[in-house]
Amino acid sequence: MIDVALTIALTCIALAVVLNLYRLLRGPTAPDRILALDTMVINAIALIILFGIREGTTVYFEAALLLAMVGFVGTVAYAKFLLRGDIVE
Amino acid sequence: MRRLFPHPGLTLLLVVMWMLVLNELSVGGFLLGLFFGTLVPLFTAPFWPERPPVRYGWPLIAYGLLVIGDIIVANFQVARLILFCRNRDLRSCWLSIPLDLQSAEAFTVLAGTISLTPGTVSADISTDGRHLLVHALDTSDPEAEVARIKARYERRLMEIFR
Amino acid sequence: MAAILDFVIAFLIVLGGAFALIGSWGLARLPALMSRLHGPTKATTLGVGGCLIASMLYFPSHGMSWSAHELLITLFLFITAPISANMIAKACIHGRHVYGDAVAKYEVPLPRPPHPDAEWATFGSTEAAKPE
Repeated sequence: MIDVALTIALTCIALAVVLNLYRLLRGPTAPDRILALDTMVINAIALIILFGIREGTTVYFEAALLLAMVGFVGTVAYAKFLLRGDIVE
Repeated sequence: MRRLFPHPGLTLLLVVMWMLVLNELSVGGFLLGLFFGTLVPLFTAPFWPERPPVRYGWPLIAYGLLVIGDIIVANFQVARLILFCRNRDLRSCWLSIPLDLQSAEAFTVLAGTISLTPGTVSADISTDGRHLLVHALDTSDPEAEVARIKARYERRLMEIFR
Repeated sequence: MAAILDFVIAFLIVLGGAFALIGSWGLARLPALMSRLHGPTKATTLGVGGCLIASMLYFPSHGMSWSAHELLITLFLFITAPISANMIAKACIHGRHVYGDAVAKYEVPLPRPPHPDAEWATFGSTEAAKPE
């Protein structure tokens, strides 16, 4: 049962990443693209976790944790750059 | 005591986080976490001079549970709007919420709560710190929405931060 | 008992995947940037939350060691989601005059702060934003 659920969820998240990619390419503005990238990182975390469940190992969670941190810092840095034209004031 | 631990909440948070990152319960890990939990608030205290007027206790826990419940309800509402509502039927609008709270920490918690709960995202605060700018995805009555946020979240936060 | 737990885990996994998809669908189809913010900040966060809770249940129930990192990721995502949403919203209201027609079609005009001397902090000096 869990295998079927995993297949469904992985398909859903793959579709979600495709939708994010559409928004990333389409824009139309820079904040749209930042938002698309941020959502893509969150979807990638979900993908890694589901893959970890499928493989039956917890080693992937460290990658997910790192991705969560780096993705957040990246989003804030991009938004800050748009706001001020500079990241560290 | 007060000089060694300027922010006891931050110390506790850092120790818990450190233990979670280590992923094991060990005395060595706890001591190293305590070491960082003491050092980080000491070195960052100049950026955050006053102790936030927060009261740890039952109201804080009850507020956390209320917010978690609201997050789940919010998700179903937003999912319904995204799936079944046509773009031209969406009544998006900006709300300007007058604030009765006093401290910057309380504003932060309120803004975070608003961002995570039904159909609202907090966007900005006015320069005099008395109004919060909030974007609502779909509201029929902006006044009622402002009153709801004030009654549901701000009144509870007033009891926690004073 | 194990079958019920498996069912709960499978339900949470499917729910998580569905919410992640709905959030991204909202990002792709909603008309204005401020509306688009609503999808990812809420739906996607709960989507990942569902997957993480499922994995927190799955590993102990299948004889593997429990990992605290799931809890850490959940906490981290729920704390950072409002902050990144707030930063993007600030970038959006700051860029209204820059992007002009590309966003103006569906955006609602920004209200002024009710106080006559005040301005939204993105446009004004942040020094004055501190409460007395």
